Amino acid sequence: MTDPVTDPVTGPAHGGGTVLDVRDLRVRVDTARGTADIVNGLSYSVAAGETVAVVGESGSGKSVSVLALLGLLPGHARVSGTAAFRGRDLLAMSEAELRTVRGNGIGMVFQDPMTSLNPVLTVGRQLTEGLLAHGRAGGRKAARARAAELLADVGLPDPRGALDRYPHELSGGMRQRVVIAIALSGDPALLIADEATTALDVTVQAQILELVAGLQRERGTGVVWITHDLGVVAGTADRVLVMYGGRCVEDGSVDDVFEAPAHPYTRGLLGALPALHDEDGADGAPAERPDLVAIGGTPPPPTDLPPGCVFWPRCPVRGDERCATEQPPLVPVRGSGPVPHRAATFYGERLQQTEVGA
Amino acid sequence: MSAAAAPVRPRRNRFLAGARLLLGSPPALFAALVLVGVVLVALFDDQVAPSGANDVDVQQRLQPPGAGHWFGTDDLGRDVLSRVVLGAKVSLQVGVVAVGFSLVCGVLVGLFAGFYGRWLDTALMRLMDVLFAFPAMLLAIAVIAILGPGTTNAMIAIGITYTPVFARVTRAAVLGVRESVFVRASRSVGASDPRLLFRHVLPNALPPIIVQTSVSLAFAVLAEAALSFVGLGTQPPAPSWGRMLAEGRGYVDLAWWIAVFPGLAIVVLVLAFNLLGDGLRDVLDPQQRSALEAARARSGRRRRRTPGRTS
Repeated sequence: MTDPVTDPVTGPAHGGGTVLDVRDLRVRVDTARGTADIVNGLSYSVAAGETVAVVGESGSGKSVSVLALLGLLPGHARVSGTAAFRGRDLLAMSEAELRTVRGNGIGMVFQDPMTSLNPVLTVGRQLTEGLLAHGRAGGRKAARARAAELLADVGLPDPRGALDRYPHELSGGMRQRVVIAIALSGDPALLIADEATTALDVTVQAQILELVAGLQRERGTGVVWITHDLGVVAGTADRVLVMYGGRCVEDGSVDDVFEAPAHPYTRGLLGALPALHDEDGADGAPAERPDLVAIGGTPPPPTDLPPGCVFWPRCPVRGDERCATEQPPLVPVRGSGPVPHRAATFYGERLQQTEVGA
Repeated sequence: MSAAAAPVRPRRNRFLAGARLLLGSPPALFAALVLVGVVLVALFDDQVAPSGANDVDVQQRLQPPGAGHWFGTDDLGRDVLSRVVLGAKVSLQVGVVAVGFSLVCGVLVGLFAGFYGRWLDTALMRLMDVLFAFPAMLLAIAVIAILGPGTTNAMIAIGITYTPVFARVTRAAVLGVRESVFVRASRSVGASDPRLLFRHVLPNALPPIIVQTSVSLAFAVLAEAALSFVGLGTQPPAPSWGRMLAEGRGYVDLAWWIAVFPGLAIVVLVLAFNLLGDGLRDVLDPQQRSALEAARARSGRRRRRTPGRTS
């Protein structure tokens, strides 16, 4: 990355402060089985240079919540709330206005590098698409030169030659590098990675994580990292937001949430992780390994969410009849740093006293 | 380091590889040769035909096939071979123009209906359903009844008749491609709708459309023959295979060659289009293609392993 492009309309891409501020995001879809409440009042913000991880299982609404920001959901999805990006509300923008933000301020990396590239177009054509659409490069030639630079930035060998290759000629890791290069082509202030390493093997995953972290340090990009992999969260994120049933059930700094999880769901997730570093085992020999604790049951269907706490039907605590009827608000619990640690449960502080998995 | 260690292969031309695979199957090769032959004959019909289409020689009426007239002569003493050769141009022209018309209209309708969905989809596809509800021949005859008989109007009529077929095939393919991650990904970098439609969606929806084109060419040739047979297509005395079939019908017990040779020409051309369509489907369907490539590789190995055997 030689010199950052300054956009006369949107200002320098690397300003400090809050890049994205989402307030009360809701997504509903009318289905044959009734209205599905997929995202229910999600609020979070991302500062420049910060990585916010959004974790949750399949169907928790994490992907939908970011697709909604860029207006990439099908037309029948009803989106409400606000999402301020550099002070402008993304959710209030027209399709034409959104197109000026997509790939030009916000970049997105999709889950599966096997399907997120068009099989019939060369890498070069796809990489210059955003540049040409936003008039960021003078002409085709300049766009190609810039595209080759981007491929070099993401560590692809022989970037010039790669421009003329088709996606099927590249390996999965190389393709994901291309996808990241495409997302970076707009010199984004915000990068959204939707399960960007889920389809890759762990070695390549580590490379990609390192690549994004490096680019982020260099450019001060804010990153929203969507994943269900708690290992990725621990390794990359500054803050974490745990989603369940379309709601945020717990958020805070990664240290706080991993050290002293307050919500029964987060505790369940962490309890379901295998412990690689066994603290009791002397001289490296694994001691008695505790069984993994699974969370019983399945998530509620979005067409039929429970009236009270969304996690209530599966919750091992269930200490109170309030849980079944009243939605616990997101309230502060015990935390250590300047980042507030909050959880949507009536028992947060009490649970924090006990060991996870106990 | 899988990313760095992956071998950098030179760019391979997928089109050439596909063409080689297609022509490796005997039926498709046969079809391609026949079509090239017919196109050449149609292009150089004046040089190929032994005499003019309407050179009447009353002394040579109803001559059976022989040295002088390979396909015999008709009731007016016209050379059947010459008329079959000169009729090739009409058949090909009608096929290509009519299918081209329905291809352009149908693909546009299917592309927009499938991509935008909702009310546009409903409106366009119900319109297509109305056209589709009529028996094809009846619809073509109705269009000609409005426009008047003739080769050009036959092309328009056939084109209208086959538009809904292309619209449906295209829409179905577009519905699948529309939801692809790469379409969403390219939207996420700010690609406009026309770009998404024609750069991303259409090229990926092409294989079934190409197959439909080759099959429709066969139908269009038949339809032109049928329309000319009943007198609504090409008008006499211009040569047309369907027209010749109709004229020869009255002499079938007396001079079978008048009807049989143009009939055979129709059969061969239609067969070639259909075989080509089959071959194209095998090559363009990614699953079929990899199976085909694997089978070729296997048989290639087997042949190398037993060098003494000849087939």
